[in-house]
Amino acid sequence: MESIPILKMGDCLLVSIQVDMHDRLAMRLQDDLTAQVVKHHARGVMIDISALDMVDSFIGRMLGTIAAMTRVLGAETVVVGMQPAVAMTLVELGMSLDTLRTALTVETGMELLDALASTSAEGDPGDHPEG
Amino acid sequence: MITRRAEELPIAESLDIVRVRQAVRACMIDDGFSLVDQTKLVTAASELARNTLDFGGGGVVLIEQLLDGPRAGVRLTFTDHGPGIADLELALTDGYTSGHGLGLGLSGSRRLVNEFAIESSPGEGTVVTVARWR
Repeated sequence: MESIPILKMGDCLLVSIQVDMHDRLAMRLQDDLTAQVVKHHARGVMIDISALDMVDSFIGRMLGTIAAMTRVLGAETVVVGMQPAVAMTLVELGMSLDTLRTALTVETGMELLDALASTSAEGDPGDHPEG
Repeated sequence: MITRRAEELPIAESLDIVRVRQAVRACMIDDGFSLVDQTKLVTAASELARNTLDFGGGGVVLIEQLLDGPRAGVRLTFTDHGPGIADLELALTDGYTSGHGLGLGLSGSRRLVNEFAIESSPGEGTVVTVARWR
């Protein structure tokens, strides 16, 4: 059965969506990702959508759901690489995606995930690197 | 107004939504629309095709490439013979949902196009027509 590959990199999972997703494939990604987060004890998930030339409310909702589900499982999700035309269309469509963390590139996405992982790992009282 | 090209596609399964998106994209590129214009109509087409499938029980979309004088346009007509919509005004309200989803399908699509028309009668089905002009 068709699926979107999920790569493991350190304690992060990396997904690059390279196909025009139909709805069942999107649902499958949701299931696969949550299962892999648990299996690998992942701390972060990065979803690269730079190859997507369209994000409709279904895909937008799926991304938000993935972020919410992985957060409950202890992993933050960052969506990277959204094309400008896609961002403009999403906002006009009425999707705010305000629960979703985004970054422009894979590099800044990784930095964001690192920062999130180190703040959530911060256990000592009085030790706050951000000040 | 001249119809340069017309094509009818079925909307019977979730893969058909992808096919509709691709066909609309091809027409927009053929007519020289900007990337933002392409993305807007393709996204609206995706929302409306999903409505046709999920709420109308499937149907068809007519994709037309039009010429109105010097202006090129792409018009999409989604037709289903499903239960229809009893309260159109309510269905067009942002956030109104018939159950699942975010309720952005109709109201959101309307913002992405230049022309929007909807006709529906309970028990007979729904016809949604949208167009985007260069």
